[in-house]
Amino acid sequence: MANKVRKDAAEALDGLLFDGMTIMAGGFGLCGIPENLIAAIRAHGVKDLTVISNNCGIDGFGLGVLLENRQIKKMISSYVGENKLFEQLYLSGELELEFNPQGTLAERIRAGGAGIPAFFTKTGVGTLVAEGKEVREFDGELYVMERGLTADLSIIKADVGDTAGNLVFRKTARNFNPMMATAGAKTVVEVERLVAPGDLDKDHIHTPGIYVDAIFEGATFEKRIERVTTRPRAVEGAGAGEEV
Amino acid sequence: MAWTRDKMAARAARELQDGFYVNLGIGIPTLVANYIPAGVEVTLQSENGMLGMGPFPYEGEEDADLINAGKQTITELDSSSYFSSADSFAMIRGGHIDLSILGAMQVAANGDLANWMVPGKMVKGMGGAMDLVAGVKRVVIVMEHSEKSGAPKLVKACNLPLTGQGVVDLVITDLGVFEVDRGRSPLRLVELAEGVTLDEVRAKTEASFEAAVA
Repeated sequence: MANKVRKDAAEALDGLLFDGMTIMAGGFGLCGIPENLIAAIRAHGVKDLTVISNNCGIDGFGLGVLLENRQIKKMISSYVGENKLFEQLYLSGELELEFNPQGTLAERIRAGGAGIPAFFTKTGVGTLVAEGKEVREFDGELYVMERGLTADLSIIKADVGDTAGNLVFRKTARNFNPMMATAGAKTVVEVERLVAPGDLDKDHIHTPGIYVDAIFEGATFEKRIERVTTRPRAVEGAGAGEEV
Repeated sequence: MAWTRDKMAARAARELQDGFYVNLGIGIPTLVANYIPAGVEVTLQSENGMLGMGPFPYEGEEDADLINAGKQTITELDSSSYFSSADSFAMIRGGHIDLSILGAMQVAANGDLANWMVPGKMVKGMGGAMDLVAGVKRVVIVMEHSEKSGAPKLVKACNLPLTGQGVVDLVITDLGVFEVDRGRSPLRLVELAEGVTLDEVRAKTEASFEAAVA
C-alpha cells in the first residue's frame, strides 16, 4: 500500500505545485482552513494561482497571506467581504473574481468530484449568475445549468486522520472540506491528530482514504476566530451577545 | 414612533411555528432568535453546516471549530448535528427548510429581492442568499422601510441586481408589515407599527399597495 504519510506541509506538497495551477482550499471563513498548507504554499512562492474557496481569509491570515504575496490570479468564491486587500487588488484589476452562490459552489465541487460535468439548479435564475448559461424548464420551473468543478490540487484540514487517509472532521470546521477532498487531481490533508488504522470508528469516517494522496500532522494550529461573540454568564438562554 | 430593530425582530419571530426548521440571515434577522415565542420550538440551521444552533458561548468557552454563517462563535445543543456545505445546501435547495428570515436592500411588489450587490461599490458576494431564496419554503424580509438617504426600499421594480425573482412572501419594516406573496397577488399592507399612519407609509413607499389595516 502506498505510504501517504508525510512529515510536514512542505514534504506533502513536494512536486505538486506549479505556476498557473488551480487549487481548492477548504474552510468557511477561518474555520477549518488548512493553515499549515497555506503557509507552505506561501513559502514556495508558486504564482498565478486560481483558488477555489468559499472566502479568501482575512488580511494577514488564511488565504489572505497568498493575496499579500500576489500569488493569486483569480478567486472563485461566494463571499469575500472580510478582506480589505482583496478589495484593493480587485478594483485595481490585479485580481480576477468569479462569484458563485454558496450552495452552487458546494454542489459544483461535489459534482466535479463525483464525475458529473453539469447539473441544473433553481439558484440564481433571473440574476446575474445565470447570464450566459443555459436555462431549462423542468416541471414548470426554470433551472440554470452549472458546471462541475475540479482542481489540480485540493488542500484540506481535518481534525483526525489515519495513515490510510481516512478523515474525521470536527463541528462546523467540516464545511467545504469533504467535497473538495473528492475534487482535486491530488488531495493533501493536514490533521490535528494522525492516528493508526483501527483507531477511528469505521462507521464514523467522513471522508474515506481513497480521496487522500498525502496526509500529515500539522506543526501548529493557530485556529484564529474571526468574530469572538459571547454572552454574559448571568443570562440564561439565547442572547444577542457581545462582539469583542 | 416606528418599530425599533428589536421590535422588528420580535414581529418577525411571530412568523415562527412550533417544529419549524429556520435559517436566519445576518443583522436584524439574527436578533429574531432572542424573541422566539414561549411554547414554540424551532431548530436553527446555519448554512455553514449545522442544525440546532445554540446560544453564544460564555467568555472563555469559544471554540474555533464552531461558528455560525456570520462567523460568530456559537454553541451546540444536545439535538445538534453537523454536515458538509453540500449537505447543508441540499437541505436548503431541496425545500426542507421551512422559513428563512433575511435582510434586504430592495423588495419589489412582484416579489423580487435585491440584497447582495450595489454596482460601482465593492461587491462582497451573495454568500448563501441566492440558494436560500430559491429553495426555502417561505421567505420573510426584515428591513428598514427607507434608505438612510430617504430613498424607498419597497419599490415598483428593483434597480439593483437581483438575488431572486418572485421569492419574497412577507416584508417587515420599521413602519409595518406587507404581504408580498411572491407577487402572485397585489402587495398588501396588513399591519402598521405603533404610532405610524397610513399616510406616512404611502409617502415613503414607491410600490403601490392595498391597505388592509384599520
